[in-house]
Amino acid sequence: MNTLIAISGLGILSLLAEIFNGRKAIVPITIIGLLAILGYNISPYNHLGTFYNNMMFVDKFSVAFTSLFIVVTIFLIALSHEFYKEQATKISDYVAIKVFLLAGAVAMVSFGNLSMFFLGIEVLSISLYVLAASNRLNLRSNEAGMKYFLMGSFASGIILFGICLLYGATGSFDLMNMYQITHSVNYPQWYYIGIIFLVIGMLFKIATVPFHFWAPDVYEGSPALTTATMSTLAKIVAMAALYKISILLIPTQTYSFQMIIVCVAIASMIVGNIMALRQNNVKRMFAFSGISHAGFMLMVLLILNNSAGVLLYYATAYAVAGIAFFAVVLYVTKGKDNETIDLFNGFGKTHPLLAAVLTASLLSMAGIPILSGFFAKFFLLNQVLLSGWTVLVIVAIISSIISVGYYFKIILAMYTKDSEKDLPNNIPFIYQVVAILALVINIGLGLYPSIVYNLLG
Amino acid sequence: MQNILQQIGIENYIYLSVILFCIGIFGVLYRRNAIIMFMSIEIMLNAVNLLFVAFSTFHQDAQGQVFVFFSMAVAAAEVAVGLAILVSIFRNLSSIDIDNLKNLKG
Repeated sequence: MNTLIAISGLGILSLLAEIFNGRKAIVPITIIGLLAILGYNISPYNHLGTFYNNMMFVDKFSVAFTSLFIVVTIFLIALSHEFYKEQATKISDYVAIKVFLLAGAVAMVSFGNLSMFFLGIEVLSISLYVLAASNRLNLRSNEAGMKYFLMGSFASGIILFGICLLYGATGSFDLMNMYQITHSVNYPQWYYIGIIFLVIGMLFKIATVPFHFWAPDVYEGSPALTTATMSTLAKIVAMAALYKISILLIPTQTYSFQMIIVCVAIASMIVGNIMALRQNNVKRMFAFSGISHAGFMLMVLLILNNSAGVLLYYATAYAVAGIAFFAVVLYVTKGKDNETIDLFNGFGKTHPLLAAVLTASLLSMAGIPILSGFFAKFFLLNQVLLSGWTVLVIVAIISSIISVGYYFKIILAMYTKDSEKDLPNNIPFIYQVVAILALVINIGLGLYPSIVYNLLG
Repeated sequence: MQNILQQIGIENYIYLSVILFCIGIFGVLYRRNAIIMFMSIEIMLNAVNLLFVAFSTFHQDAQGQVFVFFSMAVAAAEVAVGLAILVSIFRNLSSIDIDNLKNLKG
């Protein structure tokens, strides 16, 4: 609970720093503050339990995911100082919005009442609308912001309608009350209509296949750092929230619900990976790659007992690989209008270190052993197989093989083609630090998966 | 209030809200003017607010009405951001027709 208050306070602090002319110190102070909050969050002083009339419900699940979100946000904020160098006067706004986004994310995994969940998802989404359209002189950024705003608020409306129907069926917003009512004998069967609306809205936010059409455009048009935020932080937040909803609000998983999840997961993996093959823009390709990873993560909903650890591990592996990927992409695409794969030609010869990091993060997302991406897929598919969804596992492995094709397109461009023009060789120090740190975490998780995997039992 | 609700019936409130919600959805899907799309989203959210209040009276429980304040505040914040995006589009394009936004394709 105090974590959320501290994060909101930190956001206000970084807005105030602008008034007191503290722009230079803003990024270091925010990072130190977030590290302190992370330390508090995992320390025993952070009491588990319910707070404020069950508004907040803090348990091991929410603490673990909150820590993951804070780590990802620290990386993203560390990158922002260099990324927004040309708009140095606005750095406090960008940092503050990212911190508020984190506050929304924390509310979304530690809610005990659906109103808290709704506020969390809205704080997260509104921050992202602003960030997506933040490059206001660029028409592509405007268009991305507009599309994201329309689709996002459309999804919010659907989620709100779902919440309303759940309220109508149970007469309460409190998760504990709703849990009791739905586990008693007779409650209105149209409760499930509300669940369906809620799940559809969340699938919009995660960008899985029938509801994915906004993602490629928005990812391509937004400023690169915003794309990094959306694809790493926002996706795992929405996934964790959907997981929590399906555990607490769905009393018995019917066969038809499971079939819907299976179909959405299969469609996401196949469509995401096949569409990614024919993309020439790196950000657009990453959007489709994200759609396929969303399909993988959705499979967690089929194995609800003891699957929180699997989801946490997968989300961590995906997020750190995405951070390392974007730390390099930010450097390569700086000042360019377009983010085509040609920009990476000859990158392996001119910048061997960053090229190695990029290769490793791509291999991690493709699922090559030693890197954590492999073990994430391994644990997930193992659990799904034990639950008896053999067809799903076969499709997942085939789509994983397809994905190697487009990840290697970048790697081949880096190592086999010659560069047409030289990139300036002064790599920003912070990009290198973030890329290498993310890669170290990635490999560390691959070597010792139990650190994260066993956190949630 | 309870008497009025009993006379009219909760199901009529549900029908009305669902119809309004669908009007909002079709507005977002079929109209191409950005401002009208915003208005349609507002209709969707307000249809839900109406249903919240009706359920709140039906259950004799104030939580639903309090939730409406949250959702109204959130809708206002959302539209503020949306209009800001719209202004920056208008500055670049001198038009707010959604069909002009076709730079991102693939």
